[in-house]
Amino acid sequence: MLLEIENLAVEVGGKRVLKDINLSIAEGETHVLLGPNGAGKSTLFLTILGFPQYTVVNGTIKFKGQDITDLTTAERVKLGIGVSFQTPPSIRGVSVRDLLKIESHQDMDEDLNPRMKELAAQLKFSDEFLDRDVNFGFSGGEVKRSEILQLLAQMPDFTMFDEPDSGVDIENVELIASEIGTLLDKDKPQRSRVRSGLLITHLGYILNFVSADKAHVLMDGRISCSGNPTEILEDIRKNGFNGCVECAQCL
Amino acid sequence: MDVLSVRNVYSDAERAKDKKAPIGADVTIENFSDEAVNAMDLLDDLDDVDKKTKKTLLKVGVDTEENNRSGSFLQVDQSNIFTNNSISDSIEVMGMSVALDKYKWLEDYLWKVVKPDADKYTAKTALREQETGVTSGYFVRSLPGTKEVMPVQACMFIGDEAIMQTAHNVIIAEENSELHLITGCATGDDIASAMHVGVSEMYLKPGSKITFTMVHNWAEQVEVRPRTGVKLMDDSTYINNYILTSPVSTIQSYPTAYCDGKNSRAIFQSIQGGKKDSIIDVGSRVLLNAPNARGEVISRAVSQDESKIYSRGHLSGTVPGVKGHLECHGLVLSDDSMIYAVPELEASSANLEMSHEAAVGKISEEEINYLTSRGINEEDAESMIVRGFLNMDITGLPDELAEQTQMMIDMSVDGM
Repeated sequence: MLLEIENLAVEVGGKRVLKDINLSIAEGETHVLLGPNGAGKSTLFLTILGFPQYTVVNGTIKFKGQDITDLTTAERVKLGIGVSFQTPPSIRGVSVRDLLKIESHQDMDEDLNPRMKELAAQLKFSDEFLDRDVNFGFSGGEVKRSEILQLLAQMPDFTMFDEPDSGVDIENVELIASEIGTLLDKDKPQRSRVRSGLLITHLGYILNFVSADKAHVLMDGRISCSGNPTEILEDIRKNGFNGCVECAQCL
Repeated sequence: MDVLSVRNVYSDAERAKDKKAPIGADVTIENFSDEAVNAMDLLDDLDDVDKKTKKTLLKVGVDTEENNRSGSFLQVDQSNIFTNNSISDSIEVMGMSVALDKYKWLEDYLWKVVKPDADKYTAKTALREQETGVTSGYFVRSLPGTKEVMPVQACMFIGDEAIMQTAHNVIIAEENSELHLITGCATGDDIASAMHVGVSEMYLKPGSKITFTMVHNWAEQVEVRPRTGVKLMDDSTYINNYILTSPVSTIQSYPTAYCDGKNSRAIFQSIQGGKKDSIIDVGSRVLLNAPNARGEVISRAVSQDESKIYSRGHLSGTVPGVKGHLECHGLVLSDDSMIYAVPELEASSANLEMSHEAAVGKISEEEINYLTSRGINEEDAESMIVRGFLNMDITGLPDELAEQTQMMIDMSVDGM
């Protein structure tokens, strides 16, 4: 297993948000995390990422066989974890170009490498755009494309996407989906895929363009249901998350 | 200046010699000694200064090789030891005493936008001029209709222990001319304590532009009291950039721009980095006194260690149709330091537009998290955020000068 979460309980500001999470993701797999607002989806992401505000009160997170529960965020990222945020903060005086250099392990004095320049153009960013302060005055779509571009600089082994298509117009959803595909080895046959991912999506629209192997429904701090993404989504579309509540009660 | 007004300057100064400044810690002037005026030998070449001084000067933007400069001036303690007036045909650079000999009319520009009785520091400067018969400081003037893109560099350097350095500078941009200045102030490495008072009066004639970029690099026990007044006539533009990121004992300044001409525009941008137990009290004031005048005051302050920063700004609109904006952002990096933002807007006419934006706080956790999620460790993330915060875009400089200024800022900010 690439990522193994066992009996995970997490508190944020003294409040228990995640109660008992068990989740495993194998190499080459893409999983989807569904659930109503406030269920704890983002909390799970940020706990896997290791933000200090998320206190693990029980359980473990293993990545590549190593217990990473007590590692810092930067250490986890160095092991190969990446994330695209739904609404990242803007930072004055820190440009997209600066970040891309750091993420692709370049020296700050060097010019941005040709591969990154090409990828930036592919994601419809002009060279001048890269000098803007990150996320400062970006449109919804620019934020998402910049997040994906930064991930392409990192090429993590395991990538988490928090609502990668929200606020993105239809023509750019396909563009973003295609780059997500690159990050998740979708261009390779299933058996030779190595990179894995976990997608948070509200409406599941992005799943029309990115195939997923498994879906999980997070309800009230627990994974209430796991299975075939198409079937689960269909069920949620028909019955809402209430269906999942009933389903959870059966478990 | 006629006899009567000369007498007025000195009598005003005499009366104000014990007058405390309205803000800032009171400095006991008597603790510092007067240095003999022009007692030092002149340098033939600016590059003749010793290696250590050279390095210090470079930090405040003064290039001893004078590359890409249109003129140079260096005052050490109370002596003008170097002036280069021959680089540009458009610019005049002289010691004040030389300039006053050459131009009788220059007296009309003395003590007009800074008053001799403003406080005991201006009074001391005026009285010293009377006692010694010498006006220290520099005179820089751009000739009518000229645009010199290279900057004049001027430096005030303190090399002797426990002295009080005074200077009285006059800068004039004649009609439709453009003038750029880089002024650096610094102390020698071995100076423990000293005091600096610099009176600067600037005049922008119709259609002219001055950019004035000042970098301060004082020692930890130096008291600094610059006094600056700027008069703007029709269609003129003044841009002031101020950078301080090294420790100082106390600094208090509140440069004031008088936008007296229509369509005149004053912009103040400052970067204040508080370290150790520095007390920094720096403000900028723009008086919008003519139709369509514009004022902008932007400051970034970061406090570390036990430093205290008072970041002030004052816009005053007195006629209709003026616009002003004040922006004051502060980051408090240590629990023992403090930032006190004082933005003031004053409107005494209907139909004008003034706004301000002030925010003081600690480094945002969300920003640190974002950077750590890109593999940057927490400590590096913090310093990136601080550097980014301080690294504001300097506007209004010619390309080459903008590049150099950016380098100066980077250098100052890197040390934070």
